[in-house]
Amino acid sequence: MPSPPSVLILFAHPALEKSRVNAVLIEAVRGLPGVTFRDLYEEYPDFDIRVEQEQSLLLEHDIIVLQHPFYWYSSPAILKEYQDLVLQHGWAYGNGGEALTGKTVLQVITTGGRETAYQREGINRFTIRELLVPFEQTARLCGMDYLPPFVAHGSLAMTPEAALKHADDYRRVVEALRDDAVNRDPIREHDRINSEAAMAFVGVRVGG
Amino acid sequence: MADDIFVQAFVYLMAAVVAVPIAKRFGLGSVLGYLIAGFIIGPFGLGFVGDEGEDVLHFAEFGVVIMLFVIGLELEAEKLWNLRRSILGLGGLQVLATTVIIGAATLALGYSWQIALAIGLILALSSTAIVLQTFNEKGLMRTEAGQNGFSVLLFQDIAVIPIIALLPLLAVAEATGGDDHADDTLISGLPGYAQALAIVGVVVGLIVVGRFLLRPVFRFIASAGIHEVFTAAALLIVVGIALLMGEVGLSPALGTFLAGVVLADSEYRHELEGDIEPFKGLLLGLFFISVGASIDLDVITGDWLNVTLIVVGLVIAKLAVLYALGVRFGMGFDQSTIFAFSLAQGGEFAFVLFSLAEEGGVLTASLTSPLIAAVAISMAITPLLFLLAEYVLLPKFGTKETENREADTVDEENPVIMAGFGRFGNYVGRLLRANGVGVTVLDNNANHIEVLRKLGIKSFYGDASRMDLLRSAGAADATLVILSMGDVEKQLELVHKIRHEFPGLTILARARDRRAATRLLNAGVEHVYRETLDSGVKMGTDALGMLGFRQHQAVRAGRNFRYHDEYHLREMAEEAGEDHMVPISVARERLELLERTLKSDIEDDGDEERDAGWDTDSLRRDVASRSGPGSEDG
Repeated sequence: MPSPPSVLILFAHPALEKSRVNAVLIEAVRGLPGVTFRDLYEEYPDFDIRVEQEQSLLLEHDIIVLQHPFYWYSSPAILKEYQDLVLQHGWAYGNGGEALTGKTVLQVITTGGRETAYQREGINRFTIRELLVPFEQTARLCGMDYLPPFVAHGSLAMTPEAALKHADDYRRVVEALRDDAVNRDPIREHDRINSEAAMAFVGVRVGG
Repeated sequence: MADDIFVQAFVYLMAAVVAVPIAKRFGLGSVLGYLIAGFIIGPFGLGFVGDEGEDVLHFAEFGVVIMLFVIGLELEAEKLWNLRRSILGLGGLQVLATTVIIGAATLALGYSWQIALAIGLILALSSTAIVLQTFNEKGLMRTEAGQNGFSVLLFQDIAVIPIIALLPLLAVAEATGGDDHADDTLISGLPGYAQALAIVGVVVGLIVVGRFLLRPVFRFIASAGIHEVFTAAALLIVVGIALLMGEVGLSPALGTFLAGVVLADSEYRHELEGDIEPFKGLLLGLFFISVGASIDLDVITGDWLNVTLIVVGLVIAKLAVLYALGVRFGMGFDQSTIFAFSLAQGGEFAFVLFSLAEEGGVLTASLTSPLIAAVAISMAITPLLFLLAEYVLLPKFGTKETENREADTVDEENPVIMAGFGRFGNYVGRLLRANGVGVTVLDNNANHIEVLRKLGIKSFYGDASRMDLLRSAGAADATLVILSMGDVEKQLELVHKIRHEFPGLTILARARDRRAATRLLNAGVEHVYRETLDSGVKMGTDALGMLGFRQHQAVRAGRNFRYHDEYHLREMAEEAGEDHMVPISVARERLELLERTLKSDIEDDGDEERDAGWDTDSLRRDVASRSGPGSEDG
């Protein structure tokens, strides 16, 4: 059945031609029905983000996906610029800022290091969830539901097959979110939405 | 000797050339220099100039006429309207109070009230020529004292007309003179009301013609592009108006002033000003010399006590009135002092009016001779009074108030001056204006100016390589000057002059091509903009995007290219040194430049480094060496 576009993917990669995993991931979701794919670096090569246009896109969609490589424990520069400019006070947060209330945010990231590196004992000393706190809090302040992130670890040494597996999972998650077929509450217990345990709650009709 | 006009011209010019720089060097100002020069060559000095000095004086009065035209050009009608309080209030009260005091003194000496009134009125006037020249020279025109002084002088110039009309009515004796000046006019045969109507008609006609007819005429002349014809047209207007005013019995100075005001908001204002300025300066100089030469030593020595008393009395009476008015009108001590000392002399109109009064039977020659001598002396000592105020009174008692309080309201100058507003400059100007930055445009294309004016952009017709034009456009107060015209020769000439005259101005220059850019760089311009560089790079960038490059990569590649191209341009410019002056053929030079540019592109091949931050190759090698090849991650 034809559904109105409900998923907005905001994709940020400054050098996609050098990417191995993200390039595969986007192929899995680009063009899906009900999914709007927006390539920020392609859209705004000069960083001149048109705020009104981006705000109306946010208004038109219920699920906002932020997809990007995990650079220096954060996003590539344009996504920061996007947040700074688009999430205006009085619109996204603060007095009268309720435009985004009730929407859902899913962050989709690729990391060079493996999952074991993102632990107390690991080289990065913090978990992914801890390191993503600024994004999570941004979503919360805007009244949005921040789901556990989709993380593709170890992209530096990832085989093509592993990348395809991630791509498949990514498509399933996006479709499930689009169709409101994610059992959110049990998923919240998990570090990432694409862990094997969490994927069990993806693609099942809520209450069905 | 006097038969030969060249000999006369030689004497006058020599006197000016010798005396004025010396007077300036001793801090006396040019006016005093001219006056001294005049006295020295006059009948009581070396005697080079004899009776014809009188004729020269009349001729040189035309300098005052031109000066009023130039002053009018600087005074838009709106500003004139803003000055109405000081013109009518300050000027009116000054004439009234001075007339009353001097008149009363004359009465006390036993003269009739008619004589007292005539002398009072005539002596109430000050010297527009000397005062304004001195204000300009000392940069006082925009101070409170300068503005108020100007207002008073303007009122006096207007007051001359009713005074001329009044004098015959004061006659007690039969007219002794031959021709009464007021009687030679075209309209003198008409009845009184018709004369009044004719005068009003002429003034209104002047305004209408100036407003609607002169501008198209100037545009037509300007489009011919022959500079001296424009100058001739400017002079023609001034002479024509002076003649017309004479015919209806109005002051020529007032008429040209009015014409100046009418043209003050036209795009030709600065060009007119610049063209006429040298004539004004020379004629005024001649005028001052004539005044100096006309000082009659026989009268002064024969009647030295009376003359001295008149001079002292006149100056003191004027000082008192002016100072009191200055304070009353809200000026502080410093400004009131300058105001009072600057205007405390008799004026050139006194010469004319005294002779009219004599001819009209109001005054006798025995009365006017010492008075004329006293007026001349008071004019001659004006520069000395200025010096007294400036170097004795103010340093001792002055409060050093800031003089800038009123300056803002006089004229706001834009921070950016643009030379050229054609197909390149219009982008620059529009961008600046869109962001609230005031731009003054100079362009020698009358059609550009026409359009800009309609859009309310402050713009003036003229060749920007003329320093006087640039100066009157506000170069002294501006921050940037943008040379957006296309002619590199003109630009280089301008750059040279600007760096010399306005070292504080930052220059931005458009360059037609690499060669022009090189020359501008070597002329010391730091900010050079090749007119095709950015669109060329933009097109290349878009082409890369259309060929499948990521947009962001294409933009970065474009920027990188641009950066290197600028870098190499500057390097080559340095290498070239004065080379560009070597007369090799332009085409060959262009080819050589192109060759060197292309070569430098090839040398710059290793630009990959700038993206290394996004590159994961080395990280991947790192990971691989630690965990061994083929390792897999879920």
